[in-house]
Amino acid sequence: MAEHVIKLPDVGEGVAEAELVEWNVKVGDVVREDATLGAVMTDKATVEIPSPVEGEVLWLGANVGDVIAVGSDLVRLKVAGEDRPAAATPRQKPATEQRRAEPTASPRAAPAPPIPAAPKPPPRLLRGAPRPEGEKPLAAPAVRLRARETGIDLRQVPGTGPAGRITHEDLDAFIARGRTLWGRSGSPARSGVEEVKIVGMRRRIAERMALANARIPHITYVEEVDVTQLEELRETLNTEKRPDQERLTLLPFLMRAIVRAIADQPTINALFDDEAGIVRLHAAVHIGIAAQTPMGLMVPVVRHVEALDLWGCAAEVKRLGEAAKAGTATRDELVGSTITITSLGALGGIASTPIINPPEVAIVGVNKMMVRPVWNGMVFLPRKMMNLSSSFDHRVIDGWEAARFIQRIKALLETPALIFTDD
Amino acid sequence: MKDITCRLLVIGAGPGGYVCAIRAGQLGIDTVVIEAEKLGGTCLNVGCIPSKALIHAAEEFHKLVAIAAGKSALGISAGNPALDLAKTVLWKERIVGRLTTGVAALLKKAGVKVVEGWARFLDGKTVEVATEIGRQVIRAEQVVIATGSTAAELPSLPFGGRVISSTEALALREVPGRLVVIGAGYIGLELGMALAKLGAAVTVVEAEPRILPQYDGELTRPVAQRLRALGVETLVGAKAKGLTAAGDAVVVEASDGRTATLAADKVLVTVGRKPLTEGWGLDAIDLDRDGPFIRVDETCRTSMRGIYAIGDVTGEPMLAHRAMAQGEMVAELVAGEKRAWDKVAIPAICFTDPEIVAVGFSPEEAKAAGHDIKTAQFPFQANGRAMTLENDAGFVRVVARADNHLLLGIQGVGAGIAELSASFSLALEMRARLEDVAQTIHAHPTQSEALLESALRALGHAIHA
Repeated sequence: MAEHVIKLPDVGEGVAEAELVEWNVKVGDVVREDATLGAVMTDKATVEIPSPVEGEVLWLGANVGDVIAVGSDLVRLKVAGEDRPAAATPRQKPATEQRRAEPTASPRAAPAPPIPAAPKPPPRLLRGAPRPEGEKPLAAPAVRLRARETGIDLRQVPGTGPAGRITHEDLDAFIARGRTLWGRSGSPARSGVEEVKIVGMRRRIAERMALANARIPHITYVEEVDVTQLEELRETLNTEKRPDQERLTLLPFLMRAIVRAIADQPTINALFDDEAGIVRLHAAVHIGIAAQTPMGLMVPVVRHVEALDLWGCAAEVKRLGEAAKAGTATRDELVGSTITITSLGALGGIASTPIINPPEVAIVGVNKMMVRPVWNGMVFLPRKMMNLSSSFDHRVIDGWEAARFIQRIKALLETPALIFTDD
Repeated sequence: MKDITCRLLVIGAGPGGYVCAIRAGQLGIDTVVIEAEKLGGTCLNVGCIPSKALIHAAEEFHKLVAIAAGKSALGISAGNPALDLAKTVLWKERIVGRLTTGVAALLKKAGVKVVEGWARFLDGKTVEVATEIGRQVIRAEQVVIATGSTAAELPSLPFGGRVISSTEALALREVPGRLVVIGAGYIGLELGMALAKLGAAVTVVEAEPRILPQYDGELTRPVAQRLRALGVETLVGAKAKGLTAAGDAVVVEASDGRTATLAADKVLVTVGRKPLTEGWGLDAIDLDRDGPFIRVDETCRTSMRGIYAIGDVTGEPMLAHRAMAQGEMVAELVAGEKRAWDKVAIPAICFTDPEIVAVGFSPEEAKAAGHDIKTAQFPFQANGRAMTLENDAGFVRVVARADNHLLLGIQGVGAGIAELSASFSLALEMRARLEDVAQTIHAHPTQSEALLESALRALGHAIHA
């Protein structure tokens, strides 16, 4: 019998290391040729590692979450055949260093959406389940006395002792929980902690969020926008559109408004290299659109919005959004934004505090649209109102600049004809 | 006499009343207790304590008789013993005296005022007491009724002359030649057996089809065997119809309708006890009743605010230790503590030979309550200590839920096993499972090992069986 070492292959151009995100095998498993051993994640892509040969798994070179250098030993298999000199396979442990938290040239993740729920294992059966209806609570006399003196109805207290006996500790826990009456809701109070390892995409998001929040002094500005006219226009355009055109959402209008506002304030469309102390003002407007995907937050980028019309924006937003959700977005489609929009649609809330997608200096957050009464000086009128919550890097953008930018967008959106007027 | 005003008035200084008063005194409550007869009530004076004294004396005497008759397997011989029952009774009186004096001292130490005399309610907060020196009115914020119970009488055999209650049986000056006991409950059998050991020819008459009807047949079988060995005749399913015209025999009607005449020097009527609810003005306060008893809730409160009732007057089981626990609870309630009756186990003991201890559900009771059970018993025949005591009759039995092994009841029958009742009760009160008992080291060699072994047996792995 011989040993076959599988090394972490080159999983992408210029990629030196990858994070192990999944094992599909364990030591002792017999794998066929081409069976998937595990998966690693690079900056953008998740790559499955197939087994080149058939054999029995002897050794796994990393734990899920470890960052492994390309070329290091990943798996050792026992395979049929002659022994080969062990020296042929370097046995040092793969480099498993924690990824340093530093900005990369290709930012992907940005604002602060709700954290997607991690997949959970089936809930464990907890001791201290509610006792059947009508069963007397079991407790020693001292526990019963203490319950009586502290005004606790033992029928409400879950017992963790043998046969569901209520212990002094159970009383302590019940009191600490604020005397939750689980008996009434029918669902027991739970204890126990489930550890979810933050790996892969989630870990990238976590690192980038921490970085953005730690390094960038955010200034967040919330303004309301009357989108009544805009909505009328959008309706009309959607009615009149050609069949090959995408239905317009509000986003293309906002994207075009941003392009126009940036024309007056190029410092908003910039990348700040804070280590070099240089702000690079970009002529191209590449707008990242934060999107929730099954893997977590992703930010596909609509490139050269300054060169796209409304319909072009709509088509790109839709195409990229679907690609991101399906996991088919290319690396190029996920990097290179110069400013970001974050919108949660109907979940947009009244206001939010978006986190900047570094090294960008601005992010525009869209809150939910709703009909609100607006005083026109004479009467209250029902108007379609929507807030924009936007954050700026206060190191390079002052509050006045930020306000001017948003006020300009507000003006453009409230009188949408301005969006289409040539300067 | 000047009226007395107090915060708590306890009527009756039996085990319930005096415990309540002492505890209230300890808690700083201004307390008065009224007793018409002697401190300690039925229990100390004419119940638990004197009967146990008589039972012990009878056992000692009976042993010597057996030894004198050459029946000792131990190689002991002795001359013919003699008994001076009057001296036995004097000895018993001294024990009772020590205990009642002790109660008086404890009451005094707790700062409780004792008023001697017969109490009668004037209203819910006022009681008058007929004392030796006149009428005393006592006003109290709260009142505890602890009047207890008295021996029930048979209409066909009213007390008097040869017909005696347990009270008189405990003060006999000489052993009756022929004793007929009516009622084979625990009082009748305890006293009947003791007097049989003292030399009386005893016949026990029971209306139910078997003796000790409150216990199951398994538990009473060793007692029935012992009764036969002692020469005590038992007539079950038979009713006492009255004395003969001459008054020296009891007419008994058997279940088949035939009557028999049992000659008797004494007729001991032990057909139960009834709550003492008359003669102290219960009608003046009109409390809700529960059959013959006073209805109380889980805090021993009656239907009238400020009036509690404890002990035999509140219902079954009419046992001193239940009354004591109620009395303690009520005193603490009066002191403002949060309390309620939540006892799991009230042990019941029958001081026959052998003794019966019962705590919690018997197997039948557990099944009737809807439980799926596991039960097992361990015989004293396999217990070393029981052998060395020359008494290996009986067993210990455990009853537990089949699903989670929670103990529902523990019973036993055997010589001297009344002292095991504490561990039986403790196990139930602590909500022990079979495993808890099985995992507890029980000292060797003791009869208590039978408890361990019965728990092990219920779990399917007894060592010594």
